[in-house]
Amino acid sequence: MELYFFLFFAFVAVASSVAMILQRNPIYCVLLLIMVMISIAGLYLMLDAQFVAIIQIVVYAGAIMVLFLFVIMLLNLSREEGGMFRIQKPTAVILAVLLFLPVAAMVMSYPGGGTAPPVEGSQAGFGEVEQIGTLLFTKYLLPVEIAAVLLLIAIVGAVVLTRKGTVATGE
Amino acid sequence: MIVDPMILEGAIALVKIGILLGVVFTTVAYLTFMERRVSAMIQDRLGPNRVGPLGLLQPLADGIKFMWKEEFIPASADRTLFAIAPALILVPALLIFAVIPVGGEVTIPAFTLFGLQIQEITTSLQIIDLNVGILYILGMTSIAVYGIALGGWSANNKFTLLGGIRSSAQMISYELSLGLSIVGILMLTGSLQMSRIVDAQGTFLDWFIFRQPLAFLIFVIAAFAENNRLPFDLVECEQELVGGFHTEYSSMRFSMFMIAEYASMIAASALMATLFFGGWHMPFEDLVGPGLVTLYQVAGFLVKTGFFLFLYIWVRWSLPRFRYDQLMAIGWKVLLPLALLNVVFTGIWMLV
Repeated sequence: MELYFFLFFAFVAVASSVAMILQRNPIYCVLLLIMVMISIAGLYLMLDAQFVAIIQIVVYAGAIMVLFLFVIMLLNLSREEGGMFRIQKPTAVILAVLLFLPVAAMVMSYPGGGTAPPVEGSQAGFGEVEQIGTLLFTKYLLPVEIAAVLLLIAIVGAVVLTRKGTVATGE
Repeated sequence: MIVDPMILEGAIALVKIGILLGVVFTTVAYLTFMERRVSAMIQDRLGPNRVGPLGLLQPLADGIKFMWKEEFIPASADRTLFAIAPALILVPALLIFAVIPVGGEVTIPAFTLFGLQIQEITTSLQIIDLNVGILYILGMTSIAVYGIALGGWSANNKFTLLGGIRSSAQMISYELSLGLSIVGILMLTGSLQMSRIVDAQGTFLDWFIFRQPLAFLIFVIAAFAENNRLPFDLVECEQELVGGFHTEYSSMRFSMFMIAEYASMIAASALMATLFFGGWHMPFEDLVGPGLVTLYQVAGFLVKTGFFLFLYIWVRWSLPRFRYDQLMAIGWKVLLPLALLNVVFTGIWMLV
């Protein structure tokens, strides 16, 4: 049963990614990317990581992709112009191969060839909100604080950029 | 023959889904009727009263009429997206109901059906009790934006596009306040699970409306904005945008948008009842006999939900629409800071 679910989500994720790259219409690209995000959330669910799965949907599929869609709709990019990515295409292929090689090497270096090692810590409560919250506020407190400051800087920066050169007008 | 417990559980889940969908769709149909009758009452008119006794068959007549209307797709529209946009908004609205608990646990006694022995089984009146229930609901509401945004874009019409863009901006802005207003409840309950949130409100004075009144106010306002209901219906806004994102839709596709709007209203009302008014817990539960207590609780839940549905209609026909800049100002400059303050004060209150 679990295998069938895995195959389904994996197939949808891979097929949508391929279709997204081949698709010329940016709006369809965004929608296919959302499909990829949701099927990856399905894969997280199968790994008992319910919190990560839902956050994947809320943050990526729900918030970030809406902004993508928003920009594409506003700019009315109906079709990607031909020959725009002349240098990018070969570079992308080289980079993808370079990235994929170490990943493949890591997977193959595990004992038992291509099979994944058993998941550690699959005890009761694994992947639940309590556990993640405790970890974030004890063991990983410093990274969380740094990320928070970074996000705050981004917000302030966005406000400064939009206000640049304009006199603050009253309501 | 004894039925395998796994299959039995699956069958019970299917039955629950079937009943729930039936109830939701029937409520949607009668909610449109109620909206027309209540609006007539508020405006001192009669409203639809000719089809059947008291006009009660009006929703049926409306449904038949929608089905026989011509399905029209504009020539310059993006046909695929135009076709799937109504489904993209209806499906998340219906999925929210999966985690809403309607009642406590019930035990079905063992019985025999067509020669199959079915054992005694205890099940809760909720389709699935996810341990990230609240987040799941927020996820579904954020997915619902796509239906409106794409519906507006795909018709290739400036009014629908404006409606779609307004809706994306509005829904993203109010999602924040909606999510943050619930944080206080999560802190007090210590869980995202819907059943535990309901359990935390066992006695009348424990209802979160008494402990989190500000959060309730923010939640109601943000929910109205999320559902694009007046006074926040700038997405449709007849006077400026003709009809907003669904201007070009006709026939059943148009009615799917309407069904989705009413279904998400029901979901939001059920959430208000669940999160702030004790869910299916009712005062004086002990006075009701043990056989009837589940019935009493479910009925109480439905009455609470019904009251909030009435509130939706009441507000719609009483308040004028906001201007768009006012809407954004309220969302970002009033509701969001208030929701954050509520979180801070809840924290202080818990520590002291």
